[in-house]
Amino acid sequence: MSKINEMRIDFMALPENEAFARVAVGAFMLPLNPTLEEMEDVKTAVSEAVTNAIIHGYENKGGMIRLSAELDEGGVIKMEIIDCGVGIEDVERAREPLYTSLPEMERSGMGFTVMESFMDSVTVLSRPGHGTTVRMEKKLGA
Amino acid sequence: MKHTIKGDTITVYLSGELDHHSAESVRQELEGLISSPRVKNLVLDLSRLSFMDSSGIGVVLGRYKTLAKRGGTVAVREPTAHVNRIFSMSGLYQIVEKL
Ligand SMILES: Nc1ncnc2c1ncn2[C@@H]1O[C@H](COP(=O)(O)OP(=O)(O)OP(=O)(O)O)[C@@H](O)[C@H]1O
Ligand SMILES: [Mg+2]
Repeated sequence: MSKINEMRIDFMALPENEAFARVAVGAFMLPLNPTLEEMEDVKTAVSEAVTNAIIHGYENKGGMIRLSAELDEGGVIKMEIIDCGVGIEDVERAREPLYTSLPEMERSGMGFTVMESFMDSVTVLSRPGHGTTVRMEKKLGA
Repeated sequence: MKHTIKGDTITVYLSGELDHHSAESVRQELEGLISSPRVKNLVLDLSRLSFMDSSGIGVVLGRYKTLAKRGGTVAVREPTAHVNRIFSMSGLYQIVEKL
């Protein structure tokens, strides 16, 4: 499948950039003529991954987040959200519905579950002490 | 935050986007509004809430916990299709009624 567009943005791990990341991805995917629902699915998944990078990856202490995205012929959007934060010891456990390492912060542990239900595939690559990459893909018009 | 009180039920109108960025202030405002012991039930009018992610699930669950201790309830009305999907998916409708 050939690539029709690609982008990459680096931004600070600040809560106000959660909305920025959603808007950026929403605008970038417009050429694929997404339905409103597809647009919301992708924006929500990005919001989850960026929020996780800010509060878990960088533990609210700041750092840089990279968001990259690619549109492929055939209506596929691929995205990566990358942080160089603390990383995840046990990815399998982290992905379980309701698992959260911050229950006292009113987290519900549903972030990965939201990403998985709104995207076709979610891959998590993480190295403790080095950071986390969340790779997601969705075919529009499916 | 726009709200109306009728008997022991407070209806609060949420608007805009409920993400991690806005969650802290929404949480504090809601806690303030339900802090009065004469409020038992919270109804969230979601008709103007355009976006919500898992941070919003935490905010709703937290208020449910506050009110459940008092024998109260949390209910929602008129969620947009998107917000409705987040509620269904997360199982929130098992404890929060949709009016
Ligand atoms: N980028 C990351 N860096 C380090 N740890 C992470 C990262 N993303 C997720 N985690 C870990 O995985 C757990 C589960 O993440 P998930 O998004 O499902 O839930 P949550 O963020 O804890 O709660 P919610 O998303 O419902 O507010 C987190 O509690 C955290 O321990
Ligand atoms: Mg999360």
